[in-house]
Amino acid sequence: MSTATFRIWRGDSAGGQFVDYTTKVAEGMVVLDAVHAIQATQANDLACRWNCKAGRCGSCSAEINGRPRLMCMTRLDELPDESITVEPMKTFPLIRDLVTDVSWNYQAKKKIKKFKPRPPDAPDGTWRMAQADVDRVQEFRKCIECFLCQDVCHVLRDHNKLAEFVGPRLLVFAAALEMHPLDTEDRLPELKRSAGIGYCNITKCCTKVCPENIKITDNAIIPLKERVVDEFYDPLGWLWKLVRPKTGSGSELKVPSSGLSQSPKAAV
Amino acid sequence: MAEGGVAAALANVDDRDNWRVHFADTMRGGQYVNDWRMAELHAKEAPDRVRELEAWGAVFDRTPDGRILQRNFGGHRYPRLAHVGDRTGLEMIRTLQDHGIHQGIQVHMEHTIVTLLKDGERVSGAFGYDRERGRFKLFRAKAVVLATGGIGRAYKITSNSWEYTADGQSLAYNAGAELMDMEFVQFHPTGMIWPPSVMGILVTEGVRGEGGILLNKNGERFMFSSIPENYRAQTADNPEEGWRYTQGDKNAKRPPELLTRDHVSRCIMNEVKAGRGSPHGGVFLDIAWIKEKLPNAAEHIKKKLPSMYHQFMQLANLDITKEPMEVGPTTHYIMGGVRVNSETQMASVPGLFAAGEVAAGLHGSNRLGGNSLSDLLVFGKRAGEFAAKFAKEHNAGVIDQTQIEEAAGEALAPFDRTPGANGSSEGPYQVQYDLQEMMQNLVGIVRYQREMEQALKELAKFQERCRKVVVHGHREYNSGWHTALDLQHLLTVSEAITRAAIERKESRGGHFRDDYPNKDAAEGKFNIVVHRAGDGSMQIRREPIPEMPEYLKQIIEEMK
Ligand SMILES: Cc1cc2nc3c(=O)[nH]c(=O)nc-3n(C[C@H](O)[C@H](O)[C@H](O)COP(=O)(O)OP(=O)(O)OC[C@H]3O[C@@H](n4cnc5c(N)ncnc54)[C@H](O)[C@@H]3O)c2cc1C
Ligand code: SF4
Ligand code: SF4
Ligand code: FES
Repeated sequence: MSTATFRIWRGDSAGGQFVDYTTKVAEGMVVLDAVHAIQATQANDLACRWNCKAGRCGSCSAEINGRPRLMCMTRLDELPDESITVEPMKTFPLIRDLVTDVSWNYQAKKKIKKFKPRPPDAPDGTWRMAQADVDRVQEFRKCIECFLCQDVCHVLRDHNKLAEFVGPRLLVFAAALEMHPLDTEDRLPELKRSAGIGYCNITKCCTKVCPENIKITDNAIIPLKERVVDEFYDPLGWLWKLVRPKTGSGSELKVPSSGLSQSPKAAV
Repeated sequence: MAEGGVAAALANVDDRDNWRVHFADTMRGGQYVNDWRMAELHAKEAPDRVRELEAWGAVFDRTPDGRILQRNFGGHRYPRLAHVGDRTGLEMIRTLQDHGIHQGIQVHMEHTIVTLLKDGERVSGAFGYDRERGRFKLFRAKAVVLATGGIGRAYKITSNSWEYTADGQSLAYNAGAELMDMEFVQFHPTGMIWPPSVMGILVTEGVRGEGGILLNKNGERFMFSSIPENYRAQTADNPEEGWRYTQGDKNAKRPPELLTRDHVSRCIMNEVKAGRGSPHGGVFLDIAWIKEKLPNAAEHIKKKLPSMYHQFMQLANLDITKEPMEVGPTTHYIMGGVRVNSETQMASVPGLFAAGEVAAGLHGSNRLGGNSLSDLLVFGKRAGEFAAKFAKEHNAGVIDQTQIEEAAGEALAPFDRTPGANGSSEGPYQVQYDLQEMMQNLVGIVRYQREMEQALKELAKFQERCRKVVVHGHREYNSGWHTALDLQHLLTVSEAITRAAIERKESRGGHFRDDYPNKDAAEGKFNIVVHRAGDGSMQIRREPIPEMPEYLKQIIEEMK
């Protein structure tokens, strides 16, 4: 068993500094294991948020050697041997040590209108959707809300536009709703205004850090931007929008016609 | 986080399914000590709860005709688990969260309740602190619903997150509520065992549902040699039929890998004991072999089990589409918990409700995979509705200031303690590790009277250590402090598990005793109830199971 040195940020909103800790490391260990070992033996009060230790809950986000990552999914053997730096995400207010206050993300979520399904397709109050039509939405719904993309996005991180821009995570969220085959809501005006989609200049930094490998920029943000542009700057498109019905991407499924008049209430 | 899926007899994949089959499966899985009324309500109401999630925006995987797809799982006769790849729990959490945001619900994130407050017999509120700042907070409430999950952190090897420290069971017990079935702890057969830092992390049963097989170090499919009598009629006796079952052949019977979890766990233990285990003390779980059957097997596996693929690639450097995994049993779920009314979910303390893993009854001695997510949907709704009704019908109780002061004093005590006479002081982590080690060794998968009696003695010593634990630093997000407060919950519940396990002198479901290896019909006629006596000591009582009504007996008879 060898040892490694970790430079961990200790402090709160008033200030702090890096503290070096040396601990034993074994095969297969991840950064979170080392933080736990340090916490158990050398710094009982070291603040660190975690839950699943399996990359599912998105709570152990931090910056490891300057890069936003999940502590529980970063193996020590993929990091350089010299000392390893662990510090909290910079975009959000620091609570203590490695823990930040990410509640802004939940507040910002309220800006996006909720799911509004079309009336059920079948008399028993259920819907029909083809797998091919839900694949795209399922990609977005893989999001574990680790907020690493929010942390890395320069609009939030460097320009501090938290009031004007909801950030990549919430654009993924909006895309999941907009591309949901059952949804009938129109969120384009708010995407342009309160969500501030125009601030994104497609640097793709968010996509690079996403632990779920969601193609945030290509699959979510760019298609949403295109819809916003069509809606607001294309007079013909705008006219068409007034008369067209809103549809999904279109694989045909047989649906009992009697169901089409059911109200959504029948399903609950 | 839940992976496999949520069980509901939607009959989308096999139209022979209905609530009666689901009911019979749940009772058989629980070895008939379940609360039969809960099992009935659960089987009847689960389909509506799943459809409700879809109406709130959940996106389940689809059948070719566009309905919610369902997969096979251990102990379920037909494909019954609605799922989203292997991240069903995340989908449910997100759906409920996103729906809740617009319902005017006030959420207090990262708050921990340390005690329930009472006004005479009834509950009048809850008292706790916010983890971020460490400030105390009082919640006045006409009714309280516990939904705090399980107890896995009482054991060394567990699939559960750090939050599974038995808070709810212990809060309820301290408030005077009865606990039931605490001897029934589920050890899931397939947890990761290598490398050491990932030990216990779950490998979903979905792997076996998709055709994964269990092998010992000689490459033998050992599950075929131990199929229990009561499952023989429904279990395949050759690999070919087992494979066809996983691929949706309605006439095929299930492979023995999909027998109930308690049984598969013990079979794995037996292989290891007999010296036929894998290099790191487990057995092999192989899904890669399906390339013999499917042309695009690697893609298929990645599509069906994306999180598993990811988990092994990233944490163990292992490609499950090419190599077998090494797996072994891991503490996963507690069937027991707060004893509740079958319809309303109210505990024996008026105004206190419990739903989900913290409550007892539905699963009897062993829970079927997928039945927990449906449990918490069905009974979460019921608990909420009946708690609301209770709150409307009752005035606010009186808050007793001395209860609050006592609780606050106790919570802060670890900060104020000074090192012992010899200058030594112990932090909370070592005590927690030692407790987990002790429970794993003495009240684990295979139990003996002598060892469990030893465990009781050890628990008394742990109480001593717990009372002396010292915590340093401030109250803001102090993990050491939180761990110190969790310890008392873990100790209370460990004692309840041990005492109930000593009392049940037979083997049934998750409870296996080497000194009483068989099921005993007489022991199957009651549940074991734990409660706190006036003098603060823990008491055990045998509660007869009420007679099942004729129509339910008939269903069980028909489905045998
Ligand atoms: C890895 C894994 C996979 C699983 N897969 C499946 C599956 O596929 N299908 C299935 O049916 N079941 C599955 N289960 C079981 C199922 O997920 C759990 O039983 C279920 O999530 C329990 O839900 P719950 O609502 O009762 O509690 P939880 O979802 O655990 O929620 C409990 C909550 O209470 C909070 N809490 C605890 N103590 C306190 C306190 N003192 N004060 C305030 N808050 C507190 C916790 O922070 C937590 O948020 C799985 C379990 C695990 C661990
Ligand atoms: S692509 Fe847009 S959202 Fe993503 S990091 Fe760059 S600016 Fe931010
Ligand atoms: S989109 Fe990716 S990086 Fe952003 S919060 Fe979700 S999982 Fe994390
Ligand atoms: S602890 Fe859950 S993602 Fe790291």
